[in-house]
Amino acid sequence: MSDGSGYEPVIGLEIHVQLKTNTKMFCGCELSFGDPPNVHTCPVCLGLPGALPVVNARAIHYALMVGMALGCELAPRSIFHRKNYFYPDLPKGYQISQYDIPICSGGRLGDVRIHRAHLEEDAAKLVHVGASGRIHGADASVVDYNRGGTPLVEIVTEPDVRSAAQAREWLTLLRETLRQLGVSDVNMEEGSLRCDANVSIRPVGSDVLGTKTELKNMNSFRYLERGVEAEIARQIALVQSGEEVVQETLHYDPVSGSISSLRSKEEAHDYRYFPEPDLVPVVLTETMIEGARAELPELPAARAERYESALGLSADSARLLAFRPELGAYFEAALAVDGESPQVLANWISGELVARIGDEDPAASKVTPAAIAQLVALVRGRAVTQGAAKTVLDRLVADGGEPQAIVDAEGLGAIGGGDELTEVVKRALESDPAAVEKLKGGNMKAIGPIVGFVMRETKGRADGGEVTRLVREQLGL
Amino acid sequence: MSADLIALSARDAAEQIRHGRISADELFAAYRERAAADAAKGEDGLNAYTWVADVTPSAPAASDAAPLAGVPLAVKDLFCTEGVPSQSGSKILAGYRPPYNATVVDKLASAGTTLLGKTNQDEFAMGSSNENSAFGAVRNPWDASRVPGGSSGGSAAAVAAGLAPWALGTDTGGSIRQPAALCGIVGLKPTYGSVSRYGMIAFASSLDQAGPFARDVTDTALLYRHMVGRDGRDSTSLQHPDEIALPKGVDLKGIRLGVPEELIGEGVESGVREAFNQTLALAEQLGATVETTHLPHAPHALSAYYLIAPAEASSNLARFDGVRYGLRADADDLLSMYTRTRAEGFGPEVKRRIMLGTYALSSGYYDAYYGRAQKVRTKIAEDFRSAFDSFDFIVTPSAPTVAFKLGEKTADPLEMYLQDFCTIPMSLAGIPAISIPNGLSDGLPVGFQIAGPAFSENRLLDAAYVLEQALGFDGSKVRA
Repeated sequence: MSDGSGYEPVIGLEIHVQLKTNTKMFCGCELSFGDPPNVHTCPVCLGLPGALPVVNARAIHYALMVGMALGCELAPRSIFHRKNYFYPDLPKGYQISQYDIPICSGGRLGDVRIHRAHLEEDAAKLVHVGASGRIHGADASVVDYNRGGTPLVEIVTEPDVRSAAQAREWLTLLRETLRQLGVSDVNMEEGSLRCDANVSIRPVGSDVLGTKTELKNMNSFRYLERGVEAEIARQIALVQSGEEVVQETLHYDPVSGSISSLRSKEEAHDYRYFPEPDLVPVVLTETMIEGARAELPELPAARAERYESALGLSADSARLLAFRPELGAYFEAALAVDGESPQVLANWISGELVARIGDEDPAASKVTPAAIAQLVALVRGRAVTQGAAKTVLDRLVADGGEPQAIVDAEGLGAIGGGDELTEVVKRALESDPAAVEKLKGGNMKAIGPIVGFVMRETKGRADGGEVTRLVREQLGL
Repeated sequence: MSADLIALSARDAAEQIRHGRISADELFAAYRERAAADAAKGEDGLNAYTWVADVTPSAPAASDAAPLAGVPLAVKDLFCTEGVPSQSGSKILAGYRPPYNATVVDKLASAGTTLLGKTNQDEFAMGSSNENSAFGAVRNPWDASRVPGGSSGGSAAAVAAGLAPWALGTDTGGSIRQPAALCGIVGLKPTYGSVSRYGMIAFASSLDQAGPFARDVTDTALLYRHMVGRDGRDSTSLQHPDEIALPKGVDLKGIRLGVPEELIGEGVESGVREAFNQTLALAEQLGATVETTHLPHAPHALSAYYLIAPAEASSNLARFDGVRYGLRADADDLLSMYTRTRAEGFGPEVKRRIMLGTYALSSGYYDAYYGRAQKVRTKIAEDFRSAFDSFDFIVTPSAPTVAFKLGEKTADPLEMYLQDFCTIPMSLAGIPAISIPNGLSDGLPVGFQIAGPAFSENRLLDAAYVLEQALGFDGSKVRA
């Protein structure tokens, strides 16, 4: 990033993904969002004396799918560790997580390398009663254990991100990938997708890593971008004023945009990791691996790549379609009807159609994939002009039906290069001698009123290019 | 009549109930009366129980599915029993009544046993004398001025004194075998994983194992038969490959006994050594061969154990934080609430081990302590495996001494830890070991330990039974 400061940010992301399993990571309690507090609890997820964890097989399955989608290496034998610390949202006094042998390691998504992805359990939810809304200064704090024990995959990237905008864009790709895997709701506002960022800066051209800070609590894509931007700016300002960046954990307040320290390196926990003696290692079998592979859909990055290389779509079009699976599916259904001009079809779907139906699934709209394919074919064959086709699409969105039938019923067919159009052009030139003079003088901008006249006369059914050709022909230009 | 009922073995009592010769209610009443009478004396009695049932629980009718119907059972405090105090000997859990039963408690209830009471124990099973209980020390029925051993001291004392026909205990480094030895009864520490740990308030997860106490080997086998089984709630539990049989051995012909030199050294007092040697001679008369062998890493077992067990305990006991259950100290902020609750709730031995374990796991020390201890553990397991290539069983004294005086070792934790010198290696190896009484020294019981390969319980019980018959140890006088 060359912003003139002479510094380049180095950013790594840590993403927590709540898995959409039926039950919690280590017990049979149902997963829920928004239910009354503490109804989805049992001796295991409340950390009652004597209770023991049992690994959720579905969570392993989902973690394998995530690992495959991110191109990770899958550990034949991974183990769970205990991460020990005291907090009221952690009923056992330790979180069961993975440490030195995570289930997935290495990998890449887009332009960012993946360091690892591991399984762990979510903490419960603390609610602080009182003005501050935070534990410090609260009148009382209460705990809702419904969320406690929800399966999480924590994905850690390598420090490959170089700007706040790239962080946001990459997280969008990750979210789409996870959404299409069907393993999570990936909703940042509800907390099923959470992102922390490790941020440092270094002089442009240096390959040494600077002291990093960990930025937490960015619960939307916008806040992620703003928070990282603010932190980069803070670090650059610090270094430029001769101070040093201190390793610490920071809290980003999206409302004020301010960054405050949660704890310094000296206050960092010693988590006393050790292998969880209540669980046995997760040993992968061929059946588990094949089972996960069988459920892998084509993922956004791969689909976009296919659209570019096999169909010749532009990178932007390919991404627009591939990152919304329903749009991609619709595009491919239309392509099966008419595969002649994929880029034009892509433009009509991601441009005109989306402009009319918004986030709605096009398959649920009144416009069938066959209809939009026909419409594109009509435009290509010059049977309908661009302008008239947009009118046809309005009708299709409103009432459905066949494009050709709408064209016929409403008289929207293009007027070709025959006598009819020649006649209209002739009349247009006769009606505006001043413009004709200018045109003859070489000022082609004067063609505007002439074309406008023709379009009015033909109700937009004339092809602009053809009109221009006839004007030149008739004026001998 | 009541004395006759108490004199019955558990299997005979079950049999007589099934045939209608005695009633489950009168048997329960006989035991409850004795247990409650002792409990009423508090620390002037044996103090074996922390809770005694006040009504007779309903038992299923005797059947093939419930062959133990109507036989009372004493259960170590640390097993969760629904609605019944389960305090693990700790003030931090004083009055705590869990909402669920431990798997093994459920299994035994299905087999027909009735919950007679919860037995006293060292706090969180940390101790070898039962002097670390928040509910007072337990006394040895053979001599009330002496300890019953620990940590399952209440269960051992209750069975020895005829306050229960049999009992559940747990063994982490010797907590069944050593009190069984000191109280003159039989105690089995089964193969790790053969009995579910679900619902056992944990001390050290990779070592804790539930096991039976009984007056003789046959009752021990019978109780164990109804405890085993893979449990979907305990990932470390395993299906026992054998159905547990009642012992039937008649001699020890062809049985090779190995005596590990490392475990019968200076620490073993002379009376215990004498009884041990006499039992070896008896085993030879019964057809066994006896040879000295080696477990080269066994001398390091105690050190490894006192890193691994406290490390796991430091984490297992983190949940006692005052937030959800048990004691909560008043405080103005979270950190003070934590520290005061734990300062008031835990006793000194528990605090000592939490500190030891926290230190052993801390960043920068892990490899040198916990990591190294795990390597020693592996070596010890290998020592046993290679010993079992040449021997059917490894035999040692169960404890290096007979029951000692209350207060005698409390000032010196290391002296106390040596009580488990002969039992800890088997715990680290996860293998089964049984303690049977093999005589008296100065009028106090001595225990003989037999250890076998993983899942060899049937053979182990057979061998123990043969020796038991030949030894003819009589513990009935303390049940009078």
